[in-house]
Amino acid sequence: MNSEYDYLFKLLVIGDSGVGKSCLLLRFADNSFSESYISTIGVDFKIRTVDLDSKTVKLQIWDTAGQERFRTIISSYYRGAHGIIVVYDVTDQNSFNDVKHWFQEIDRFASEGVVKLLVGNKSDMTDKKVVEYNVAKEFADSMGIQFLETSAKESTNVEQAFLTMAREIKDKMTTANEGGEEKAALNLKGSSVNANSGGCC
Amino acid sequence: MRRQPEMAEVDRTEYVFGENGGLGAPSSSFFRRIASMAPQPSDEDESDTFQRTVGAGYTYADQIAPNKIKRTKSRQDKHKGRRGSYFDLDDDWDANVEHNLVDGAKFKKSLAGQAMESAESLAFAECEEMNNRISRIRRFQAVLDAPIVDLAHLKKLSYTGVPEELRPKTWQLLLGYLAPNGERRERTLAKKRQEYHNGVQQVFNTGLDEQMWHQISIDVPRTNPHIKLYSHPIIQKALERILYLWAIRHPASGYVQGINDLVTPFIQTFLQPHVEHASVDDLDPETVPQQSMRDIEADAYWCLTKLLDGIQDNYIHAQPGIHKQVAQLQDLCTRLDRNLVEHLRSEGIEFMQFSFRWMNCLLMREVPMGCTIRIWDTYISEGPQGFSAFHVYVCAAFLNYWKEQIKVKDFQDIMVFLQALPTADWTEKEVELILSEAFLFQTLYKTGSAHLK
Repeated sequence: MNSEYDYLFKLLVIGDSGVGKSCLLLRFADNSFSESYISTIGVDFKIRTVDLDSKTVKLQIWDTAGQERFRTIISSYYRGAHGIIVVYDVTDQNSFNDVKHWFQEIDRFASEGVVKLLVGNKSDMTDKKVVEYNVAKEFADSMGIQFLETSAKESTNVEQAFLTMAREIKDKMTTANEGGEEKAALNLKGSSVNANSGGCC
Repeated sequence: MRRQPEMAEVDRTEYVFGENGGLGAPSSSFFRRIASMAPQPSDEDESDTFQRTVGAGYTYADQIAPNKIKRTKSRQDKHKGRRGSYFDLDDDWDANVEHNLVDGAKFKKSLAGQAMESAESLAFAECEEMNNRISRIRRFQAVLDAPIVDLAHLKKLSYTGVPEELRPKTWQLLLGYLAPNGERRERTLAKKRQEYHNGVQQVFNTGLDEQMWHQISIDVPRTNPHIKLYSHPIIQKALERILYLWAIRHPASGYVQGINDLVTPFIQTFLQPHVEHASVDDLDPETVPQQSMRDIEADAYWCLTKLLDGIQDNYIHAQPGIHKQVAQLQDLCTRLDRNLVEHLRSEGIEFMQFSFRWMNCLLMREVPMGCTIRIWDTYISEGPQGFSAFHVYVCAAFLNYWKEQIKVKDFQDIMVFLQALPTADWTEKEVELILSEAFLFQTLYKTGSAHLK
């Protein structure tokens, strides 16, 4: 059907407003950074293709607005996602406290078996850091999910965050569809975030 | 000269432009159609009415002007033979030079004469444009200076664009912020401005709503990051006060991201008189007298309030206004071009995915600031429905504008395309085309579909 890639994964990035979701994506998809990047309204869309174990993986990434008022519209994007990245800001305790809430949203709206990842962004701001690595790591372990601290500004761990997620999805998919990789990819192409229009009403 | 047929064509095109103001031959039937539907002009406003009909008007002067110049030149060609061929790109340039070099003095004279005539006709076109502008300003001025401003007349004039220098007053009158009665205006204005500053003092003296304040304070520095003006602390502080006061006074919606964008066309417009022949974008707000800055802040607050009064449903819980508008947009687009909507559907694209932001930020994220301001001239003169019902028609025209590009793209390319449309170079001209189409759509579909209201 499409020979450009072996896999197509849909990712969703969520988290409080201002934690740097769009900046992570800007770094990952365009390799650039801006201190005053315009706020996201509703949902934005980015693409990047990566190589993973000699397979080409296309990542379609939905970047979301963090403000509570947009949760209704964003909730309709959960179900089609293969992976969801929850981002907090290591210099903002509230954004870490809200992580629990974001995972609840995933439980409510996402498909079962969706891959989750916790990311603490702005790790370059060491003197303002209030959320300790160990605290977040412990939390992630208790949820059975992977955790990384990143800096979109200094390009630290950004690549790793998305690749970690992509690998986990790929591994999961390969196990689930032993010998049926192509089929899995095809099915995914058809699975779309808008399959659940009931989510917004 | 083999110019004759082209000239005729030029003349015919010009006729179409001049009478109805449109874009070339395929549009002529379009405009005849719409012209017949448009409200009949009253004598005094004839020109305005047909400008309103197409929502375009003076910008097409740009296109008319070169035609005129061309025609003048062609006439010279006819009368003066070879001499004029210097300005004809079709001719063999070198051959002409050689011919004229034989008679150098004559050549110089003729060239100078030609250049002068050409410059004259260019100057003539410029003059004409300038005169149009001046007479337009005069017409606005006459309405604005009346003891009691005739708002209906002002709306009619504003629909096709407000002259920059008269925009602050015009917008403030049409939004219902300034009193139409000139006698009372100053007093009520002073009262309103004071009321704003008292309000600010009051809300900042009582405990802050932490969550609301946090959201505003992280959004203000990210407001119009591409325009230098908004990186200045004076402007940022003003935005914080405006947004916070509005949010506290409107608890049903509170501050919603995107409302920060909506204040800025007011700031931009009200600062314009403080900039001479330059862009507000690069204005150093410290050069603006403090009192003026305070007044502009208060005026922007009240105008924002008036604007948001009409679209509150966009920002309350679950944003029902936006959901409704997106549904209307889809419905309208289906009527306009079923193939386009079918293509989007078959690629798995939902209208909500790209047009949510169009509604939430009134297309401000999709076009440059100058274009937004021009769109608002029309929205504001449309009245309370301008920013809601008419905006949907504008969004339909906007999507329609890109339809050919969209139809050949797949899911991913459409999403990427719609997310960053190539409008950076847009001027009022492109926007007026969109507005005129929107007006046509409204004329065609409004009465036939009550559910679109």
